[in-house]
Amino acid sequence: MLKLEAVRTRYGPIEALRGIDLTISKGEIVSLIGSNGAGKSTCLMTISGVLKPSSGRIELHGEDIAVLPPHRIVERGVSQAPEGRRIFPRLTVKENLEMGAFPGRGSFPEQIENVFRLFPILKERSRQYGGTLSGGEQQMLAIGRALMARPEILLLDEPSLGLAPIMVSRIFRTIEEINREGMTVLLVEQNARAALRLSHRGYVLESGAITLQGSSEALLGNEKVKQAYLGE
Amino acid sequence: MLLQQIINGLTLGSVYALIALGYTMVYGILELINFAHGEIYMIGAYLGIILLAFFTSVGLTAVSLPLTLLLVVVLAALICSAYGFTVEKLAYKPLRNASRLSPLISAIGVSIFLQNYVMLTQGATDKVFPSLFGSGGFRFLSTRVSYLQAAIIVVSGVMMVSLQAFVMKTKTGKAMRAVAQDKTMASLLGINVDKVISITFVVGSGLASVAGVMVAAYYGLVNYFIGYIAGIKAFTAAVLGGIGSIPGAMFGGILLGLVESLGASYISSEYKDAYAFVVLIGILLVRPGGLFGKAPEEKI
Repeated sequence: MLKLEAVRTRYGPIEALRGIDLTISKGEIVSLIGSNGAGKSTCLMTISGVLKPSSGRIELHGEDIAVLPPHRIVERGVSQAPEGRRIFPRLTVKENLEMGAFPGRGSFPEQIENVFRLFPILKERSRQYGGTLSGGEQQMLAIGRALMARPEILLLDEPSLGLAPIMVSRIFRTIEEINREGMTVLLVEQNARAALRLSHRGYVLESGAITLQGSSEALLGNEKVKQAYLGE
Repeated sequence: MLLQQIINGLTLGSVYALIALGYTMVYGILELINFAHGEIYMIGAYLGIILLAFFTSVGLTAVSLPLTLLLVVVLAALICSAYGFTVEKLAYKPLRNASRLSPLISAIGVSIFLQNYVMLTQGATDKVFPSLFGSGGFRFLSTRVSYLQAAIIVVSGVMMVSLQAFVMKTKTGKAMRAVAQDKTMASLLGINVDKVISITFVVGSGLASVAGVMVAAYYGLVNYFIGYIAGIKAFTAAVLGGIGSIPGAMFGGILLGLVESLGASYISSEYKDAYAFVVLIGILLVRPGGLFGKAPEEKI
């Protein structure tokens, strides 16, 4: 469904992605793990079109989307909940969700009902400003907002960052639930163990290159992964 | 006397507010002080005279004055919106990712260019807006309000309420607020950020041009330099209210108009243009973010 071929992205003179190959099939959860600064967020921002690759192809259903501006990529069904959640602080929860539905890919009442079903707390908070929510609620809003566009593939960047453990497991359970309902997910995480337990397959990113890939079980059992990312 | 000065101040203040809205909306989205905005207002004033002369020459003014004025205002707004749109595309968009100083200098350049463009094509002498309204007016409490003053206050009020409704209630207005808060995030949600920026310039220029036409009719005289001082006053109004805040620009504009009008009649009209800045300094000492603005945030 989504396929990256030899994608390179640079920030000025620094090459942040040094030729990434990655594929995601429909219905999968694929995790992308790696340490700080490995290029995980750069990879998602490149897929979303905020950063333009200097070379390589990004295919969605066979169409090269690397040349498109970000809003066209969302219209084609790729949504992202970025690192740091980036809720609009002075828009209400409902307005944040309305902005998520901006491309008009689905019916708004249906989509918002769906999001409120996944995250009932957002319904209670719908008239509050986004900036008044707790970190966990903001993360729910960020995921809910990305879902409002009725994407075919959801890119999640560090959804567990800065959250209490109980909130992390709550968020991860919801990701699993969304996936069971058919959503394809690309999950970027520093919390490698939780990410690999949730996902079907995984990629390990180190200094801008994929160094390991395989089924999540195989990666969880891999000595190198254990040492570097699982703290064993 | 006092009531009369308040009415005068409200008239002037409504005009400042309409212009200030353009400054504050563009600043809210691009953090750019669009120095060319006063020139758009000046072009609006000229268009008022030119279009009115045209409609008079084809005989429409004699048929229906209200219809003519409506056409003048709408056409002037459309043309000025096109100017605003073009200025953004040519002078600011190519500098979107440059340092903040570059678009600012570009804005000053556009301002100088537009002043000279109007001076060369329209001449350096004052142009006269024909007196259409005579001295018509009505009594309001103990004072007299001219029809033109009433029209300026009402039209400005309607435009401000409409703008507020547009920004708060419509999908495009909400997208404008989203883009002002986080452009990258807005684009990640499928909002065409360039288009939203264009709409901001189009709306702001339209408001300024309406202010221009009304001022041309009110004072009767227009020259290529009026955008400069009106621009500075309106910018002051926007900062006073809290730059980036739409209600702030409206309130700041009206406050400034009142201060100028009352200061000119009760203190001295010699210093008419200075009162605005005295009030600005006073307010910024107490509230550095302006009346409706947020305190400046530390960017991490």
